[in-house]
Amino acid sequence: MVNPVTHNLKKYFRGEINYTTCPGCGNGIVAQAILWAIDDSGIDFDNYAFVSGIGCSGWIPSPAFNTDVLHVTHGRAIAFATGLKLAAPNMKIIVTAGDGDTSAIGGNHFIHACRRNIDLTMICVNNQIYGMTGGQIAPTTPYLSKTTTTPYGSVERPFDLSKIAIAAGATFVARWTTFQARQLRKTIAKAILHPGFSFVEIISQCPVQYGKVLKKRNDAVAMLMDYKERSINLKKARELQKSELKDKIIVGEFVEERNVPELTQEINRLREEALQKCQR
Amino acid sequence: MIHIDKDTCKGCGICIAVCPKSVLEFSKELNQKGVNYPEVVNEKKCILCENCMIYCPDFAVVVKKDGKK
Ligand SMILES: Cc1ncc(C[n+]2csc(CCOP(=O)(O)OP(=O)(O)O)c2C)c(N)n1
Ligand code: SF4
Ligand code: SF4
Ligand code: SF4
Ligand SMILES: [Mg+2]
Repeated sequence: MVNPVTHNLKKYFRGEINYTTCPGCGNGIVAQAILWAIDDSGIDFDNYAFVSGIGCSGWIPSPAFNTDVLHVTHGRAIAFATGLKLAAPNMKIIVTAGDGDTSAIGGNHFIHACRRNIDLTMICVNNQIYGMTGGQIAPTTPYLSKTTTTPYGSVERPFDLSKIAIAAGATFVARWTTFQARQLRKTIAKAILHPGFSFVEIISQCPVQYGKVLKKRNDAVAMLMDYKERSINLKKARELQKSELKDKIIVGEFVEERNVPELTQEINRLREEALQKCQR
Repeated sequence: MIHIDKDTCKGCGICIAVCPKSVLEFSKELNQKGVNYPEVVNEKKCILCENCMIYCPDFAVVVKKDGKK
């Protein structure tokens, strides 16, 4: 039976809303937050374009969202989005990619987009694992986690993606977990309007591939409640010692910096200067 | 009003867990996918906070603030 009442966000979908994600997957919560933020923005959906990488999170906009969606190669979403933004600077471009896509194969594109401050909105769904390919270790997998490829526990230290974005020069950086879905919506709305590279990291439950690490397989509720327990706002975190922050997830809006040169505007300026020289 | 699209539901239980007023409970019946889905058991207690809607990963819950709870 079709629901007699239409979802408020149904208008943004190409057809019926029918995600193929596993039960309780955080991707759907992120999808809603993105669409609510777009709803809040008042900007016509046709002025948005999505570029997604390969991985479960790549399927958030693709093929579901009823606007331009480029589903590109693994690790290259930012590279494609950079080209698209330079060709169509008035479009609002949102990149969705996983933690593996962003920080392993696509790590260089990520840091250089931060450095260049190109006006893209990057939504990084950090489920701390390679979800789609069967639960292999990612650069974000917590120390000692047992994954498909680290059966005795990972001996590597994980990346803190928001810290990398800050260090590489991104001008808007924020992190939430899926438990803070309301804050996430507000932050994405801000990130869309931010005139520069914005990086929004979401710690998101993968109850199937990461859930088995936690022995909470298929238990999305337990993972969400764990995020609730462990999240700590950055203002509060500043008052605590490093040892007190062990196992905590620091959330909030870390950076919002304006008046930093933005790549598409810089290129436009060069183009205009060159045109003026030709006309002289 | 809370509307649940029971056959879209994958039975994760998130909506039930995030409801502050225990309005929802798992059904006894299975849906088309073979999972238990949420049912509204306590509509009078609903405060229309929309948690069940915004946390549902499958867009299976709609909360309409139409005034007549
Ligand atoms: C060039 C290339 N290398 C490897 C793969 C295999 N592959 C597909 S998805 C993926 C990683 C997925 O992890 P992540 O980016 O974190 O996304 P998730 O599925 O967790 O959302 C890999 C390695 C590929 N598709 N293309
Ligand atoms: S494998 Fe994990 S991230 Fe991928 S759809 Fe399933 S729960 Fe979601
Ligand atoms: S959150 Fe959605 S998918 Fe999960 S049990 Fe509730 S209605 Fe079903
Ligand atoms: S709107 Fe809020 S109170 Fe009402 S059922 Fe949903 S979560 Fe519970
Ligand atoms: Mg991942």
